[in-house]
Amino acid sequence: MALTAGFFYLFAVLCVAAAVMVIVAKNPVHAVLFLILAFFNAAGLFVLLGAEFLAMLLIIVYVGAVAVLFLFVVMMLDVDFAELRAGFIKNAPVGLIVGGIVLAELVALFVGGGFGLGIAQNPGAPLTELGHETSNTQALGLVLYTRYVFFFEIAGLVLLVAMVGAIVLTLQHRTGVRRQSIAKQVARTPATGVEIVKVPPGGAVIPAEAQG
Amino acid sequence: MTIGIGHYLTVAACLFTVGMLGIFLNRKNVIVILMSIELMLLAVNINLVAFSYYLGDLVGQVFALFNLTVAAAEAAIGLAIVVVYFRNRGSIAVEDINMMKG
Repeated sequence: MALTAGFFYLFAVLCVAAAVMVIVAKNPVHAVLFLILAFFNAAGLFVLLGAEFLAMLLIIVYVGAVAVLFLFVVMMLDVDFAELRAGFIKNAPVGLIVGGIVLAELVALFVGGGFGLGIAQNPGAPLTELGHETSNTQALGLVLYTRYVFFFEIAGLVLLVAMVGAIVLTLQHRTGVRRQSIAKQVARTPATGVEIVKVPPGGAVIPAEAQG
Repeated sequence: MTIGIGHYLTVAACLFTVGMLGIFLNRKNVIVILMSIELMLLAVNINLVAFSYYLGDLVGQVFALFNLTVAAAEAAIGLAIVVVYFRNRGSIAVEDINMMKG
């Protein structure tokens, strides 16, 4: 139990510290790297909570895809990030006041047992009727593909729409690029492709496009 | 020294507050604002998974999974908009985004 508590405090402190570094880092590349650190520590918290599948998903999807996407965008855009930090100090007091109030309220609510969580908790209970035999991934799959299958498909649809939207937004059509037009090639007939010209004796044939 | 649900909820509250503070502090930088939103969604996910564990109910994890999906879609669309905006205007400062006079 002491080991679990130690790991909890390790992951929690590192997660919050990395989150703080995300918002105060001067260099946005460092901010993205600290975001990755925060996600890794949150994955550690998920493992402590017995949600191994979500922890691996967090690492693969967030660190592997989303954080790398952020990194790409930060490195691709040639922005003067120092200029964007101009209002940092000016906005700090009101931000700290609002953040402090929200944090105090949330912590008072949770720690004070506002939801009656002290009696309702049932930690580590088996999550399916199969008991502790099933792994977390199996238990999740058992409900995800049966009871929540429509939600699962809608989630896939959301991702498809996001993918199409991102591609449509960032696609740019360049002019002056010679692309292959297969429809045009297939539709070509001898009548349009060949021109038969009667050459007079001693004369010359000048192609039509060279004349114009 | 047992770790109860209050501990996890406190961590999530701290993360959520840090994310909110990030929006306040970096009011000009869209990319950091998007990262702050990711932090807030992560805090929500920690809450959901903590409730799932302490109440012995798997639905919290299913919901966290869908939450991850929506967060990934949001990040992809948001960053695409940022890239297109930068391509058109050469800047990503928030106060420059006023063409529609909304």
